Amino acid sequence: MIQLPCPWCGPRNVAEFRYAGEATARPDPRTAEPQQWRQYLYHRRNACGWVQENWYHSAGCRKYIRLERETLTNQTRPAGAAR
Amino acid sequence: MTQQQVRTTTTSTGSHRLDVQPGELIDRSRGFTFSWNGRSVPAFEGDTIVSAVAAAGERVFSRSFKYHRPRGLLTADHHDPGTILQVDDEPNVRAGHRRAAPGLSVSSQNTWPSLRFDVKAVNQLAGRFLAPGFYYKTFIKPERLWPAYEKVLARFAHAGVISPQTAHDYYDKRYAHPDVLVAGGGPAGMTAALAAAAAGARVLLVDEQHELGGHLRWGDEADLAVLSELRSAVAASPTIEVLTNSVALARYDENWVAVVQRDLPGIPERLIKARVGTLVVAPGLIERPYVFAGNDVPGVMLSTAVRRLINLYAVRPGSRAVVLTANDDGDRAVRDLRRAGVEVAHVVDAREGGDVVRVHGRSGVRAVELPGGRKIEADLFVTAIGWTAPTALLNMSGDRPVYSPEAARFLPGDGLPPEVMAAGGIAGDGDLDALREHAEAVGTNAARDALDRRRRTRSGLPTRATDTGTVPGGSGAAPAVEPVPVPTLPVRSHPALFRASTHGMVDFSEDVSSSDITTAAREGYDSAELVKRYTTATMGPAQGKLELVNTVAVLAEATGSTIAATGTTVWRPMYVPVTLGALAGRIFEPVRRSPMQPSHDRLGARPLVAGQWIRPDHYGDPAAEVRAVRERVGIIDVTPIGKLDLRGPDVAQLLNLLYINKWSKLGVGRVRYGVMCAEDGVVLDDGVTGRLGEDHYLMSTTSSGAASVWEWVENWLQTEHPDWQVHVTPVTTAYASINVAGPRSRELVGRLVEGVDLSEDAFGYMNVRTGRIAGVDDCVLWRIGFTGELSYELHVPAGYGLHVWEALLEHGRDLGVSPFGVEAQRILRLEKGHLIVGQDTDGLTKAYSAGLDWAIKLDKDDFAGRTELVWQQADGAGPRLVGVQPVDGSVVPPEASQIVGEGSRILGRITSSRMSPTLGRSICLAQVDAAFAAPGTQLTVYLPDGRRIAARVTDHLAHVDPEGARQRVEEGAAPQPARTAEPVARSPLEPAGTEHTVAGWAVGDRVSGAALTLADLGPLAKVAVRAAHDGRVARTLGPAFGRSQRDGTGALVVGSGPGEWLVLDAPGTQAALRERLAGLVAADGEFASVVDLTHGRALMVLRGAQAPDVLAKVCAIDLSEDSVPNGAAMRTSVAKLVTDLVREDTTAPGEVTEGGELVPTYLLHCERSSGEYLYDALLDAGAEFDIVTDGFPWPQTEE
Repeated sequence: MIQLPCPWCGPRNVAEFRYAGEATARPDPRTAEPQQWRQYLYHRRNACGWVQENWYHSAGCRKYIRLERETLTNQTRPAGAAR
Repeated sequence: MTQQQVRTTTTSTGSHRLDVQPGELIDRSRGFTFSWNGRSVPAFEGDTIVSAVAAAGERVFSRSFKYHRPRGLLTADHHDPGTILQVDDEPNVRAGHRRAAPGLSVSSQNTWPSLRFDVKAVNQLAGRFLAPGFYYKTFIKPERLWPAYEKVLARFAHAGVISPQTAHDYYDKRYAHPDVLVAGGGPAGMTAALAAAAAGARVLLVDEQHELGGHLRWGDEADLAVLSELRSAVAASPTIEVLTNSVALARYDENWVAVVQRDLPGIPERLIKARVGTLVVAPGLIERPYVFAGNDVPGVMLSTAVRRLINLYAVRPGSRAVVLTANDDGDRAVRDLRRAGVEVAHVVDAREGGDVVRVHGRSGVRAVELPGGRKIEADLFVTAIGWTAPTALLNMSGDRPVYSPEAARFLPGDGLPPEVMAAGGIAGDGDLDALREHAEAVGTNAARDALDRRRRTRSGLPTRATDTGTVPGGSGAAPAVEPVPVPTLPVRSHPALFRASTHGMVDFSEDVSSSDITTAAREGYDSAELVKRYTTATMGPAQGKLELVNTVAVLAEATGSTIAATGTTVWRPMYVPVTLGALAGRIFEPVRRSPMQPSHDRLGARPLVAGQWIRPDHYGDPAAEVRAVRERVGIIDVTPIGKLDLRGPDVAQLLNLLYINKWSKLGVGRVRYGVMCAEDGVVLDDGVTGRLGEDHYLMSTTSSGAASVWEWVENWLQTEHPDWQVHVTPVTTAYASINVAGPRSRELVGRLVEGVDLSEDAFGYMNVRTGRIAGVDDCVLWRIGFTGELSYELHVPAGYGLHVWEALLEHGRDLGVSPFGVEAQRILRLEKGHLIVGQDTDGLTKAYSAGLDWAIKLDKDDFAGRTELVWQQADGAGPRLVGVQPVDGSVVPPEASQIVGEGSRILGRITSSRMSPTLGRSICLAQVDAAFAAPGTQLTVYLPDGRRIAARVTDHLAHVDPEGARQRVEEGAAPQPARTAEPVARSPLEPAGTEHTVAGWAVGDRVSGAALTLADLGPLAKVAVRAAHDGRVARTLGPAFGRSQRDGTGALVVGSGPGEWLVLDAPGTQAALRERLAGLVAADGEFASVVDLTHGRALMVLRGAQAPDVLAKVCAIDLSEDSVPNGAAMRTSVAKLVTDLVREDTTAPGEVTEGGELVPTYLLHCERSSGEYLYDALLDAGAEFDIVTDGFPWPQTEE
């Protein structure tokens, strides 16, 4: 079981978190075109390599946190950490 | 071949036990007998089943898997493929490892009808039908014969007998956090463990044998002296925990290592989930069998097998031996054999080019044939031709071991992550001193690395006070220690022997021979992974430990390649067979109970499991319950309804964003129904929200949506609108919720309520009030109508739930009050046409499809899902939710019945259906294509039994009272409040000892004085404070997130979350505490909120020196001093339940006196509804430490 580096609680087992998906930005709902909106709803990069992800620490601090995860090796690091 | 020959065996009944051997494990003063295939066999304590049976002269232990060839000892340890036996009611016991015990009943497996008379040995003649891939070749055509094949094969391959009567044993589970885990307790493993411990690490030393020592155990005097010295040093080290008869099964991401520990008192097996700093892999080497004709005849043994038999168990393995040796260990076997009085007839030295051709004999070795045809009579043939490196844990760590032709075995590759190291024979060659020197350096570096990592991860933990808990070996700021140089182990030249000039057995477990592999290669299966799956070689119980390298070697030979180029298959978890019991362990499935559950039990409610909740489905007759509500008055326990306390100036803005309808103009005291959609416009949840004060709202959600809606709300607040001032506190189980419904509900509630005018003018439909019910303050009442009747939903502080529920039943008796369950409620709401999210909607149902047009306010700037709903409205797509009635009112179409059009085109489906007791006919809700949704449309419903029935779309969703006339009930005179019993608050936990009351709470009085106790602290006042985590309020309150401390008044202030505090104080003080805290935070002028959670949390205290051991069985957090020191506070998962944990060590239960000895003490709290579950889980975990429940230990203020 991997651990995630919670910026509040420190490293915790991934079972304490709920995956909240790849980081996406919500388009302006007043001006969004259907295609743009549906990209936001359904389209994910699903890249092999480092991706930005949101997780909810449901069994811990109850904060939504952003992490970077290497999808090939499952290495994780806080978002924006020094490379 | 005839059966006559099969019957012949070499079994004798004479004893093969030798005189006392220097390293023997048996205790000759403790003898006993057990049964072997019905015969009584003598044994000593320390014997394995196999050593005792071998000492009694037995040579044949089983029949092989496919050909039913007689099989004897090969390795005489846990890998031995021929000695997997049935022991009592347990099949597949590795009898070369399992200790003999008095009275065991041991028998062979796979030998129907008997070990000696075995008709299935004719398989050998039919071998051509059991060629490689025979499963694939057999199960082709005709299919009708498959069951027959299956029956025959199942009989042949049967692997022991399972008893359905087997007792359900208690399999255990715990977490561990060693800095260094050493897998393998031989000389290298012990040396590495000692070095790691000396460097300050906490070490777990794991070995599958019953005792440490590895190959030293069967060594010479010098070996035994080193062994004794190492064992004493390990035993003397306080930081090495030794687990024998235990195996490191698997290594997963980030050094998550599974260890199975066996033979604990009263526990057959325990699974340890270890988060390891550095994993040191030191499993030694496994001796590899040689492939030649007759290599599986009983009496062919490995050199380590004879040395184990002679030196560990004082068993003479034969009387006249031939030895094939390619290394020192073979030479030592020759010396051991001679010492044991075995005549060594001939020694073939492979280092000088010697070889053998075949062994003659069937159920026992008769002669060994050398090249040139010379036959030497012998009953024992010993081979020492090389080693297999058990690289399983290295593979699982990502390494691909490389084949060294020089050493004729695999060595670790360069793919190991820094947190995994190899030591001992798996890493290279060398004498004992060289291997120990290497292991010492590895152990030291393993510890330094681990401690360095631990320092780095621990230094940032919020649970650490600045002045506590340094990691051994340096402070948090200390620089990393340079690693010590690790000497390079030499790789010695070893003859490469795999197969002689003849073909023989490669996989002894699966009966795969070298000619099978050659055949497979010829058929095109020319890679190791393909050959493995096609022939099943390496797929038996030995899982490659004996046969993998030979499989690869034979394949390489057959394909004209090299071993290095052919490569190996990958070793995967588990390293050894493990029982399903161990993997299942103790089961953690949190359960939630309402405070009224004791009453439901008394009333004979049929329980319904709804998610984690146990709810009353009905109390015997749901139809009668429906009539009671329509005609008189009923009460239902709706505690599971999700409740969120919302505070702050921006709540209305938040509600506008979350719900499809408008909230800006909701006045104080008003309630509104709302529907939430996800961003794709699909209905997510619904419920009513009431405005209790200017900036204070109470939101309700569906029962099943309570947790996800809370996360959804937090998501919007934390990620999209962090600037909004809103605090959300879940209070689902802080309130017991009771819906009182029916024409006489006003009368009933009126008898119990104080301070609320129930008249239509003062408290109309969709309003909310707060007041006192049956003597209980701080209750919330809202007038809503899910059932369609006049009804009041009462939210009562949960500790008083049972009191109020029972008061309603008692004081409503003359009104004909009846409790009703979930089923009656479902009928009532269906009669009224109210949808249930998830029942009448699904994962594709957008709001316009759910009949919610009236609620959707597209003129709002934004709300979740608005964008998609704008488009849905524009194109009118999607089905519509409608009321449907079958023409024949006696037919209830099952839910999910399809609605079909011409040509059986599917137009929709029935989402809910029931027989309506009120109308005396069947009623439904359905989703149908928009074109067929107009009232009066005739539909055809296709029933699961194939019938088609006619049905009609109704004018409204509501089947009963679409006008809402039933809300208007004539008012009688305002009733006088009834005299009710004095309210007593109850925690969710059964009082320990005799019940009495403290500050109005029912508590137990037991004071056990036991060393390990669990006590209910439920009555304590608990008030939550929310504010910015780094603002003035935070400084006023004191402890930051992760820490706790007593304030000037003696209240315990816990930093329970970032910007979140929980303050605990004496029972009954919550109102005063709330006022005090509100005043305190108001003075800071920041946005802050104070919520009383006294009734919302179950709180208990676990106290005792072994409390951390109890928690280690249910909680994955390392509770060591540098992680969770005194004063630490954290939220984590305990027995799969979200639990807050606060460490506040005490000198006596509930107190800290100056100079007293501090005992580890942990406060644990969770949502009240799960309190009983958590309490039971802790008691279960504490049973092995003799945990005792205590009553309420708080200094007992008189009420």
